[in-house]
Amino acid sequence: MGVEFIYPEFEVIRNEARCITCRVCERQCANEVHSFSEARGMMISDESKCVNCQRCVSLCPTRALKIVKSDCVLRENANWQNDTIREIYKQASSGGVLLSSMGNPKPLPVYWDKILINASQVTNPPIDPLREPMETRVYLGKKPEKIQRTADGNLNCDLPPQIELSMPVMFSAMSYGSISYNAHASLARAASTLGILYNTGEGGLHEDFYRYGSHTIVQVASGRFGVHEDYLEAGAAIEIKMGQGAKPGIGGHLPGAKIVGDVSRTRMIPEGTDAISPAPHHDIYSIEDLRQLVYSLKEATAYQKPVIVKVAAVHNIAAIASGIARSGADIIAIDGFRGGTGAAPTRIRDNVGIPIELALAAVDQRLRDEGIRNNISLVVGGSIRCASDVVKAIALGADACYIATAAVLALGCHLCRTCHTGKCNWGIATQQPDLVKRLNPDIGSERLINLMTAWRHEIMELMGGMGINSIEALRGNRLMLRGVGLNEKELEILGISHAGE
Amino acid sequence: MMKEGQVRIPSGCAIAAVVSREGKRMSGEMITNAMRPMHERSNGLGGGFAGYGIYPEYKDFYALHLFFDTRDTRKTCEAFLKEYFEVVHEERIPTRKIPEITDEPMIWRYFVAPLKSMLASLQVDEKEMVARAVMKINTEMKGAYVFSSGKNIGTFKAVGFPEDVGVFYKVEEYEGYSWTAHGRYPTNTPGWWGGAHPFTLLDFSVVHNGEISSYDANRRFIEMFGYKCTLQTDTEVITYILDFLTRTQGLTLREAANVIAAPFWSTIEAEQDEAARRRLTYLRTVFPSLLVTGPFSIVLGFTGGLMALNDRLKLRSMVVGEKGDKVFISSEEAAIRTMEPDAEHIYAPAGGEPVIVKVKEGAY
Repeated sequence: MGVEFIYPEFEVIRNEARCITCRVCERQCANEVHSFSEARGMMISDESKCVNCQRCVSLCPTRALKIVKSDCVLRENANWQNDTIREIYKQASSGGVLLSSMGNPKPLPVYWDKILINASQVTNPPIDPLREPMETRVYLGKKPEKIQRTADGNLNCDLPPQIELSMPVMFSAMSYGSISYNAHASLARAASTLGILYNTGEGGLHEDFYRYGSHTIVQVASGRFGVHEDYLEAGAAIEIKMGQGAKPGIGGHLPGAKIVGDVSRTRMIPEGTDAISPAPHHDIYSIEDLRQLVYSLKEATAYQKPVIVKVAAVHNIAAIASGIARSGADIIAIDGFRGGTGAAPTRIRDNVGIPIELALAAVDQRLRDEGIRNNISLVVGGSIRCASDVVKAIALGADACYIATAAVLALGCHLCRTCHTGKCNWGIATQQPDLVKRLNPDIGSERLINLMTAWRHEIMELMGGMGINSIEALRGNRLMLRGVGLNEKELEILGISHAGE
Repeated sequence: MMKEGQVRIPSGCAIAAVVSREGKRMSGEMITNAMRPMHERSNGLGGGFAGYGIYPEYKDFYALHLFFDTRDTRKTCEAFLKEYFEVVHEERIPTRKIPEITDEPMIWRYFVAPLKSMLASLQVDEKEMVARAVMKINTEMKGAYVFSSGKNIGTFKAVGFPEDVGVFYKVEEYEGYSWTAHGRYPTNTPGWWGGAHPFTLLDFSVVHNGEISSYDANRRFIEMFGYKCTLQTDTEVITYILDFLTRTQGLTLREAANVIAAPFWSTIEAEQDEAARRRLTYLRTVFPSLLVTGPFSIVLGFTGGLMALNDRLKLRSMVVGEKGDKVFISSEEAAIRTMEPDAEHIYAPAGGEPVIVKVKEGAY
């Protein structure tokens, strides 16, 4: 207590008239907020442990519970805000780096919300997706620069390896270890049913999931955890992870406590050891080294798999992407500064990197200026929240989007942003068996399928309104976008006009 | 108010075309008259014609038609032309003063041959050099605009109703084995002659009715390959796409049609012939950004023939008919009946189905 005491951020409000002391809340809370007081014959709470994950609220059978933000706050100060002061107290007490989870929550501009989409009126007709075909299929991968003909004059139809997606959305990298077995099972099954891909992240591929290989992107990151020949062969594509939007420029750290059982086996490291991925790949200190890794992986898989290079959106992303496009990679994935994470240093998550909207616009334009846009596909992530974000991203120039936060929300995540504690009450970001079993992969995969099906319908509605009946005619079609409340520089970078122009 | 090129202006239209499979030359009067019954499809803000085989005496030279705003611009442009070409003949294009057509720019034509020394130093073939010179004038030389640049083909266009434009240019005095025509209904008043159609590059000319929804996707892709879309019109971008696919990539017209009006994936998958299925899948995968969506009906003119094509949903009217050696294409049957009252086999081609008519080899 004393100077270190910080009044809890949340308060548990229990309606005593409704509470039947069934103790569900107590059993559901891995943070041990709730307990039964024998002496008082009622439920009591220790709010200091509450992370506002809403598990108890959701499962309370009598709706007796709610979690509210505490109004016990320090004196208001626009410069020294409460969070800032709390963080100083924490650091003064611990001497440590602050950790956070999920994407950057700061009120920085969300450009998606300042971009509006066009629709047809009079001069050309909108198309009704319920009555006319509406195509959302995309192929990712390198396209040949010039067509070739065989000796008899027919087209030579051989193509470099391509990924086929039924819609331009994929589940982004989340490692087995950072999320649970059941979460991975849900993603893998949903991706297979949907005809899209999910991504292993840097945690290897659990042996049970090899059968979903044709809908799996296997990741190779700086720690090389779980990488072996069968793993590379198992996937539909291989992703080299150079960086992540939530923590550009630093590596990863999965605490030893999560390296248990199958996680340890899948990562190919001993139980209980910390899995530390270094900040750089120690065999890639420059662009020519990246080329070597790209071709090593292609050699290892007989040039049958497209290679994705994933980077965080940083200041000179356009030049970096151009370098990647010339490195032999088939696909570039760019992760914006709002991208989620299972754990990242708070200062890095909140202050490093740039918005994906600007990065995407700059990269797409640079690749076109250099005449190499068709040599490589572009995938973007780092807070794609809904179908209209997808449509805007495609119109800015993306081939497809990566989603992860939206996917875990579908699985039940309530965005309490405490994944790093490993006590996810929703069974997603945890390895505790009692918590993991709360996520039923049958239900989880169905919810993911529902979400993507809904988005696909919405994408088709938006396309139809624009008079576009195939997603490829939307890609890079910036005339379909207008900005609102953006300054000239922002419009210039996004390559769009202002509404009314 | 911004001019065409600074802003994108959607427009509706009327199109018509005729070709003789025997290569017999026809006066431009017929195609001018064909536009009369479709008067309502234009609004007087643009009309034009392209004739093939009209310059037999200069058939080995590129015929450049240019608009100039001032005499100085013309002088500067002529100096530029002489750096790249040998100019064998130059003259004002003859016109008729009529009250329906006013505010005309200076309209000139030049018959030129690329200088061999320039070809060697640029390391490109003739056509590429002509195309580059046209792009350069149209993007960099203010007040000058090349609106026709092929061999033995001439485009004539203006702000006005197409039937008046035909009279203005004395189109009836030219004879060609194939003709295309266009009347425009833009939703704005640019009043700029360069914005009228047909749009041409080298011997390709395109007349188009529609407003494509894929415009910026197509434009941003094609501009990677040296094309500059200065007019921001559908016709311009479609012409460049066809030029890129056939001249640079070496696709046949039918293959090019399968790119810009690609069959739906479901149609491709239902295709029984495996080779065809593979070919269609290949073309859609390699050139996704050249798929053209939204309503369009186009007639592409080229040396030795015509190709008509509708968008894959057939959102714009287009009919085809024939009589003897002649094939007629138009937005409305009325125009075909004007050209040939006894036209036969009139039908509406399906969406995405190219109609390719070729003139007998050696007859043009």
